Amino acid sequence: MSIDTGVASERFEAALADLDVPVTYAEPTAFDRTLRSIARDPAIGTPLPFESVSLPEWVDEDPTPTSLESAKTGITAASMAIADYGSVVLPATDEGAEQVSLFPDLHVAVVRLADIVPNMQTAIDRLGPHLRDGGSAIVATGPSATADMGALVQGAHGPKEVHVVVLRGTESETAGETDE
Amino acid sequence: MSSADREAKAERIRHLLETEGDAVEANTLGFNRGRYESVAELEDYEALKTEARAIKEDAIERLPELIDEVRAAVEENGGTVYLADDAADANRYIREVASEKSADRVVKSKSMTSEELEVNEALERDGVDVVETDLGEWVLQVADDAPSHIVAPAIHKSREEIARLFNTQFDPEEPLETAEELTMFARERLGELIADADVGMTGANFITADSGSIMLVTSEGNARKSAVVPDTHVAVAGVEKIVPSVEDLAPFIELIGRSGTGQDITSYISLLTPPVDSPVVDFDDPDVAFADRDDDREFHLVLIDNGRTALREDEHLRETLYCIRCSACANTCANFQSVGGHAFGGETYTGGIATGWEAGVHGQDSAAEFNDLCTGCSRCVEACPVKIDIPWINTVVRDRINREGDDGRFEFLVEGLTPDEEPAGLDLQKRLFGNYETLAKLGSATAPLSNWTASVGPVRSLMERLVGIDGRRELPEFERRTLVDWFEARGPRVPAGDADREVVLYPDVYTNYVDVERGKAAVRVLESLGVHVRIPSVPGSGRAPLSQGMIETADEKASRVYAALAEHVDAGRDVVAIEPSDLAMFRSEYEKLLPEQSYERLRERSYDVLEYVYGLLENGADGTGLRTGDGGPEIAYHSHCQQRTLGLDRYTRAVLEELEYDVIESDVECCGMAGSFGYKREYYELSMDVGDRLAEQFTEPEARERLVVASGTSCEEQLGDLLARDAVHPVEVLDPQSRSRLE
Repeated sequence: MSIDTGVASERFEAALADLDVPVTYAEPTAFDRTLRSIARDPAIGTPLPFESVSLPEWVDEDPTPTSLESAKTGITAASMAIADYGSVVLPATDEGAEQVSLFPDLHVAVVRLADIVPNMQTAIDRLGPHLRDGGSAIVATGPSATADMGALVQGAHGPKEVHVVVLRGTESETAGETDE
Repeated sequence: MSSADREAKAERIRHLLETEGDAVEANTLGFNRGRYESVAELEDYEALKTEARAIKEDAIERLPELIDEVRAAVEENGGTVYLADDAADANRYIREVASEKSADRVVKSKSMTSEELEVNEALERDGVDVVETDLGEWVLQVADDAPSHIVAPAIHKSREEIARLFNTQFDPEEPLETAEELTMFARERLGELIADADVGMTGANFITADSGSIMLVTSEGNARKSAVVPDTHVAVAGVEKIVPSVEDLAPFIELIGRSGTGQDITSYISLLTPPVDSPVVDFDDPDVAFADRDDDREFHLVLIDNGRTALREDEHLRETLYCIRCSACANTCANFQSVGGHAFGGETYTGGIATGWEAGVHGQDSAAEFNDLCTGCSRCVEACPVKIDIPWINTVVRDRINREGDDGRFEFLVEGLTPDEEPAGLDLQKRLFGNYETLAKLGSATAPLSNWTASVGPVRSLMERLVGIDGRRELPEFERRTLVDWFEARGPRVPAGDADREVVLYPDVYTNYVDVERGKAAVRVLESLGVHVRIPSVPGSGRAPLSQGMIETADEKASRVYAALAEHVDAGRDVVAIEPSDLAMFRSEYEKLLPEQSYERLRERSYDVLEYVYGLLENGADGTGLRTGDGGPEIAYHSHCQQRTLGLDRYTRAVLEELEYDVIESDVECCGMAGSFGYKREYYELSMDVGDRLAEQFTEPEARERLVVASGTSCEEQLGDLLARDAVHPVEVLDPQSRSRLE
C-alpha cells in the first residue's frame, strides 16, 4: 500500500491492527513494566542494540537449545518496521536472534519509533548495504500461518502470536517518518 | 487424436472434476479474489508490474554475467556455487554434499525446482531420509501424491481427506479432526524431524548477484527452520532466479504474495546471505548457549540450467524465464479453477505458464499433455505480475506440437476444405476448427441444406467420432444471406458527405455467416449516431487458426486482413469490430504477425463497437435514436475474457448505464466455451463446469428474470446452453429496431 496517508507510525499501527497484531508504545523508563505485561514465562531474548534500554533480568539473555524449546516468549530487536505492511525487520545475529524470534509461541519484537520506515522500497534500500556486507534479515509480518490443512491456522512452524513494542523517546525520532 | 484417446481424456477430466474439482475451485477462487482485492489497494500496481518486468528483462539479458557475479559474491561470503547442467548433474552434486556430511536426514522446504530435479528420490536411493517440512508438501509426501499447484501443492485435498490420511498413517491417541489439530500435529512431528536433521534444503525465490543473498517467500516458518537449524544449507534454484541487486527485490516482494495467494505480503520474506551468522541449533549440545558457539556453517548454492539457457535463446519462449512462480496464471485460469493442476500439469509444473516451463525443461511431449487446456482467454496476461504473454507461449508450443504431426489418416476428408499453411499431419479436429472460415463460407452458400445435414443424427455421430465435436452441443446455423451481401444490397443510410465519421464495420466470420442480426443491429446503431458505415468483404482475422496453434495460417490471414483494410485506414476511416476476440487479434496478436508499422496503424484505428459508441456519445453524438433503458429490459451482462483483458468491458457498462439501463455484471474469468474449446468432445464436461460459475450468477434471484447480454459469440452460445434462454450482443440492446425481438 503506497498510498501515503498519515505519518508512518500511524500507518504502521493501522497495518498491525489489520493483522491482529497488538502494538504497545513504551518510554524507556517504563520498558521493563511494559514487557512484563506482555511476556509469558519462561521468556528468552537476545541483547537489544539500543542505548536507552536493555532486557530485564527475568528474560534469559543467553538462550540454549534447551531453553529455546521450553520458552513461551522470545524477545528480539527489530532493526526497522515497515509502515505500509506492518512488518518488522529481524536481523540474524550470532547470539541467535533468528531462532529466538522463531521458536517460542509468542514473539515480541522491539522497534524504535525512529526506525519505522514508510514503505518496502525504503526498507529494502536500507537493507542493501547490510546484505552486501554479509548480513541476513527476515521481513516478518504477523505470526506464522498456514492454510494447508483446510483453514487458516496460526503458528504453523513459527510463533502463534506476535506483539510489537515501539520504543519511544530514543534518538532521532522523526528520521524514519519522512518519505524518501 | 483418436476417438478412444478423446474418450480417455474426457474420462480423466471427469474423474478429476469429481474428486478434486471442489477443493481446487474453492481455493483458487479464494486466491484469485484476494488478488483482485489486494492489488486494488496498490496505487501504482501497473508501475510496479512494469518495473518488475524491466528488472527480469535486464537480468535474463545479462544472465551469464550475473551468474559470475553471484558466484563471486557467494564465494566471498564463504559459500560454494555449483552450476548444474541438468537434473542428473545437480542431483549428483547434492548427493555428494549429503554423503560428505554423512547425512541421515535432509529436511526440505518447498521448492518447485527441487521437484523438477526429483532430488528426493535421488537422495532416498542413497538411504537418506528426506522430509518435506512445508505442511502441504508433507501431506503429499505422506499420501504419496504429487503437487497440483505451484504455491499450494495440496490445494486439491480437503481437510477431511487430510484428517483421514493422518489418522490412518499415524494412529494418534485422539483422532485428529480440525485444521488446528492437524496443523499442530504436523508442527510437532516435523519439529522433531528438523531438530536432528543434518542438512537443510531450500529453494530460492530470488537471488541477488551483488550480495549473494537468497530470498525465500513463505508463511509457515519451515524454510527458516530448515535453513538455520542444521549446519549445512543447500539452496537449489534455476539460474533465472538471479536479479542484479538487493534493491531490485522490492517490487517483487510487493507483487508476489498479492499475485499468488492474494495476501498483501506473506508472513516471512527471508533475506539470507549464507552462510548465515545465526548459530546452529544443536540438540546434541542442548545446554551450550548460542552466543558461546563458534559455528562453521556450510552453504551450497546449486544453480540449475536444465534447459534454461536454450530457453533464453528461444525468441518465443524466452519470457518464460521472467516467471516468478507466483501462480496467478493458474488461479485466474477458468479451466484451472475447475479441474486443477493434475489435469493441467506436466511432469513438474502446472497452470498457465507451465507449458513454457515444461517445454523448456522437460521437452515438448511433457508440454503437449495439457497444452490444449489453455483456451487463449488471456485473463492470465492481466494477472501476471511480470506481464508475460502466456497465451502466446501456449500458441507457439501448440504450433510446434502440430508440426510434429501424426499419421494424417483422414487427410483426404478435408483436403479440399482446408486451404491452410499447416503440415499434413495436423490433428483433424484442430484443422477443422482452424478452418472455420472455410466451413462457414461453404455452410452459408449451401444453407439451409447445410444446417439440416449437420443436424441429422448420422452426421453428428460421424462428426463426433472423426473430429470430436460433442453431440450435446447445438451447432451454429449458417445464414444464406451474409451480412456483407445484405449491406451491399441495402447500402449505407448516412451518406459520407453528411457524416463526421466513417466506419468500416468488420464482418467477422461469425457475424457475417451466422449471427447476421447483430451485424445489422451494429449498422443501425452506428447510423443512428450519424456515422457513415461501410462493410467491405474482409477475411477472417485468423483467430480460429491461431487458437488451434496454426500460426502460419493465422499469419497469412493477418496479412490479408491488413491488405483489405489498409486503404480504409489511410483514408481516415475507423475500423469497428463486434466480436471481441477479433478485436483482440488486431490489438494484441497482430503485433506478432504483422510488420510493426502495419500493426500500429491498424491498432490505433480499431475499436470495439460499444467502445466506439461510447466515444461518439462522449463527443456529443445524439443518442436519442438509440433504445434506452426507460422502457427497455433489465440486463444481466457478461463481458468477454479478451475484452476484459483489453479493459474494454467498462465502455459497454458505461454506455448501458448512460442510457439508463439497469445492469448487473458477471465477474467470472471466462464462460468456458472459449471459441471451439467447448465444442470438443474431450473438454465438454470441463467447459460446462466452468460455465456453471457463470450460470450460477445469472440464476440468482436478482438476475434470473433479466435479459442476458454477452459480448462474445462463444459466450452467447455457452449461455444459451447453460440457461436455456438466449443471449444477445449489447449492440442489439441499443438497436431501436430489435426492440420487439428482445421483449
